[in-house]
Amino acid sequence: MYRYDEFDHDLVRERVAEFSDQVARRLSGELTEDQFKPLRLMNGVYLQLHAYMLRIAIPYGTLSARQMRKLAHLARTYDRDYGHFTTRQNLQFHWTNLAEVPKMLAELAEVEMHCIQTSGNCIRNVTADHFAGASADEIADPRPYAEILRQWSSLHPEFSLLPRKFKLAVIGAPKDRAAIQVHDIGLEVKRNEAGELGFAVWVGGGQGRTPMIAKKVRDFLPEADLIAYMEAILRIYNQQGRRDNKFKARIKILVHEMGEEEIKSAIEREFAAIDKSNLQLPRDAVERIERYFAPPAFDTRSNGAPAFERARETDKEFASFVARNVHPHKMPGYAIVTVSLKPIGGTPGDMTSAQMDAVADITEQYSFDEVRVSHEQNLVLPHVKLEDLPAVYARLHAADLATANYGLVTDIICCPGLDYCSLANARSIPIAQRLSERFADPVRQSDIGDLKIKISGCINACGHHHVGHIGILGVDRKGEEFYQITLGGSGDETCSIGEIVGKGFSSEGVIDAVETIVDTYLKLRESPREDFLIAYRRVGEAPFQEALYAHAA
Amino acid sequence: MRVPGMSAKSKNSDLPLVATANDLRTGAVVYRARDGAWQRDISRAEIAEDKDAAADLQQRAETDLALRVADLALIPIIRDGAFVRPAALREIIRATGPTIELPSPPPRL
Repeated sequence: MYRYDEFDHDLVRERVAEFSDQVARRLSGELTEDQFKPLRLMNGVYLQLHAYMLRIAIPYGTLSARQMRKLAHLARTYDRDYGHFTTRQNLQFHWTNLAEVPKMLAELAEVEMHCIQTSGNCIRNVTADHFAGASADEIADPRPYAEILRQWSSLHPEFSLLPRKFKLAVIGAPKDRAAIQVHDIGLEVKRNEAGELGFAVWVGGGQGRTPMIAKKVRDFLPEADLIAYMEAILRIYNQQGRRDNKFKARIKILVHEMGEEEIKSAIEREFAAIDKSNLQLPRDAVERIERYFAPPAFDTRSNGAPAFERARETDKEFASFVARNVHPHKMPGYAIVTVSLKPIGGTPGDMTSAQMDAVADITEQYSFDEVRVSHEQNLVLPHVKLEDLPAVYARLHAADLATANYGLVTDIICCPGLDYCSLANARSIPIAQRLSERFADPVRQSDIGDLKIKISGCINACGHHHVGHIGILGVDRKGEEFYQITLGGSGDETCSIGEIVGKGFSSEGVIDAVETIVDTYLKLRESPREDFLIAYRRVGEAPFQEALYAHAA
Repeated sequence: MRVPGMSAKSKNSDLPLVATANDLRTGAVVYRARDGAWQRDISRAEIAEDKDAAADLQQRAETDLALRVADLALIPIIRDGAFVRPAALREIIRATGPTIELPSPPPRL
């Protein structure tokens, strides 16, 4: 994992001291709220419905056991004993006391963490494939590039006051597990025909009120040009992005209005004109960062995994867990384990301090001291020995963290919604909980197969509903909560934006509506191998509309 | 600052109103009582029955933005006998907390 150097340490310490002073000046009345608000937002402090919320950056979703224990400690000491993992691979505490935030930031700095650039019109936390460095299908580990981008973008003076927020995501495999095509910039690490490393570059994706799929502006950008090319894109956006209308200020609108060819040309012209003398990325600099992400000392002795095989044969629940939550590792004898934060009837992404401590212990003992946060609001143990899987499963089970539902209908992404968020129009968590309970039966879940339900409590789309196979958007209709359903969205390499299926549903009706959609899929699929998204793409909306609305006609 | 009760589109049907905000230090939801205290119980909030009273309440509440509260708003309420509750779902949730079971025990107050 990346470790802070002296510059990182100084930068974070200085920021903690600066913000401590700003909080003191606000509490003494020296600063007005209008003066203070942008300062607190720059440090990840929002004012939500019930309290202040502190958003902590988790660069590319990677945590050590020590960092996870610190999060548990903060939850216990300063908040309400739990935290909420988000679709940006971050963690939010929802019950924070402003006067205590400086102490929390100082504690975070002890473990090389902070809240800088988790809000505001700047380059936000860089996200990455949560299977990075472990997945069998990987071309190259995306984390060194995510770290380079983090260093480049941290407090970058030219890009600290952009027209709107700006989000980057990086993957290193053809399978997109980070939804790069719905980011402002998405990068896919790849090799060209000569075997050299570089990137496919996507620009102008996003969700929110105007969902857009990014345009590919470069099929292969040489590694050395990464930073210069990012600067070129950001400069075009900074100069030409709209500042007159907040709702039209993201780069996706600029890309849409300029058109694919014109934005490509503008970026290339800017890139050609940029003085690259200080912006070239030397291979030795990349290698220095890569060393932080070097593969751990895998045990390469091939002894088989008898305990694993025995447990899989004799323990049905363990076998189900392996079938859903365990993925192939690039190293024989190892596996990637997804820790679902979606217990039946629970709040997606929530985790108590005791659970965080339990995962920290497992991480240290069984996963080379590394755990990841996924944008799907789960955790990932990236490097678990197959032979250790029964023990890991038992420990997860003891912590109520062994739900075997990765990628199934109950593995729902959900924003905090109107239960917490001051922007929300409708509640999302209770909808997720009721859907989870409705589809709780593991046999039924298994029969339905891969299905991503994503729920947002407002059009800002933090719950990624636009790319849900079934997306649910909560709206306010004359003071009542109302839910629009979209079908056919996907955030993977076959990215698509869901289509509104028809008239929305009340909070009472939306659960039945989703069940009708799922039952319709089960009837029309050609075989259990044809998952929901493939079936939807084959048949379109009509059969689902018929099932949902025919009786009302 | 959100002041839905006092917007240009304000209608008499929005009345009566109370002043709510978040405590500056803790962020807790608070309501302004007649004696000027900001406290958590909406039933103790000063109620503005007409537009003039609402404007007066807002003016007095705004003086507390410097040191005591943030995100001030005047919100419509509904009276049911001796009970007072916010009219809008959002404000009901602010008044009573999340509608879901939290993973942890109740708050430190």
